[in-house]
Amino acid sequence: MSNKEPGLISLEYKNVRAGKELDTTWTYKKFQENFRVVIVRCENYEMEFDLIGIHPFLANAFRRIMISDVPTMAIEKVHIYNNTSVMQDEILAHRLGLVPLKADPGLFEFKESETSEATAQDTLQFELKMKCSKNKENKDSSRHDDIYKNHHVLSKHIKWMPIGNQAELHKEENIRPIHDDISLLKMRPGHEIDLQMFAVKGTGRDHAKFSPVATAFYRLLPDIKLTRTVEGEQAERLQKCFSPGVIALRKSEGKCVAVVNDSRYDMCSRNVFKHDDLKDSVVMGRIEDHFIFTIESVGNLKSHQIFKEAINILKKKCKTLLDEIDISN
Amino acid sequence: MPVSQLADVGDNNEECKTFVFEQEGHTLGNALRCIISNYKDVEFCGYTVPHPSEDKMHFRIQMCKGGTAIDALKRGLKDLILVCEHTEKQFDEEFLSFSAKNGLNL
Repeated sequence: MSNKEPGLISLEYKNVRAGKELDTTWTYKKFQENFRVVIVRCENYEMEFDLIGIHPFLANAFRRIMISDVPTMAIEKVHIYNNTSVMQDEILAHRLGLVPLKADPGLFEFKESETSEATAQDTLQFELKMKCSKNKENKDSSRHDDIYKNHHVLSKHIKWMPIGNQAELHKEENIRPIHDDISLLKMRPGHEIDLQMFAVKGTGRDHAKFSPVATAFYRLLPDIKLTRTVEGEQAERLQKCFSPGVIALRKSEGKCVAVVNDSRYDMCSRNVFKHDDLKDSVVMGRIEDHFIFTIESVGNLKSHQIFKEAINILKKKCKTLLDEIDISN
Repeated sequence: MPVSQLADVGDNNEECKTFVFEQEGHTLGNALRCIISNYKDVEFCGYTVPHPSEDKMHFRIQMCKGGTAIDALKRGLKDLILVCEHTEKQFDEEFLSFSAKNGLNL
């Protein structure tokens, strides 16, 4: 931890640092000295990490870029050759567009324009062809799975059709829907669908289906301080006012005393203030420059890749702008 | 890609300028504004997205006497690049040590 006293937002959102106003000026040197990253949890598609010593403008820029500027592949065009099911063409096409695809966006290019010819570098083609029929073997059953064949269309039925040399470049297990069990459509005997889908690279700014994250958000680290000793029945009541694990009860001299155990996962409800005898015993605040990021990936990119990609996109934006300015001057 | 150009405003001179960023919005606007408004020789810096249906961002810089707005803009962009590079470096280091500690193979 940095040896400086952390800044707090508390006392009804006033900036306080041991009585002094917070120093909110920003310079790169100060940033370089204070900035730290701490990874707390990292699973394949979900991670939590702390960015300490940054300003909200940076945290927010990274969050916004992760949501709307990191590209992924998604189905953009659907050619419907036959659809005799009860679902209208446009609804079906919309559903297909939202199916998350497992395809590394780094291996593909953006399409030059919407109307340009599909190439192996910028488009993935998929096919979905199914016909529902009666199953004559199981007449006595009343379960749909037994009496109908192919009545439930799932995302696993989407089949990849390589364009050009794509079959040599990509493995089949890497180009497919991420989840096999997304329900797309239900059919009855006589219903038939026959469609082709075209996936392209895009960003969440254009449509949410291209967003690589389910959610990417940050919150400030909560800070809870007890201003006096709270004991006995009051301590138990105080514990119940916060999220589990935040307040611990410790035995001292035969009495039960409340102590702050870990304020990180407190939901910052203001329940304590309902109790007149407790509300003066606690100061709730947040550490102003300690951001807890949580990234939940949809599955096409790992969450740490998404964050790194976001940094690179911001950098690239600045670089192209600098170049443009140099050219025009 | 985004283009930056000068908007045709009456009191444009070397010290005070409004830049127009196409295909940019609050993401870059606010980050850049925060950096540039902290420079000592900058008198005023602000940004606006004039209309939500137009993909455009206006960025205004007013310098104290003697400075040029374009110089502050360049400095801001360069600083933002440095920030990104530093963030990436720190994140990579932490990620390496975290995966080594937890035996992750990501």
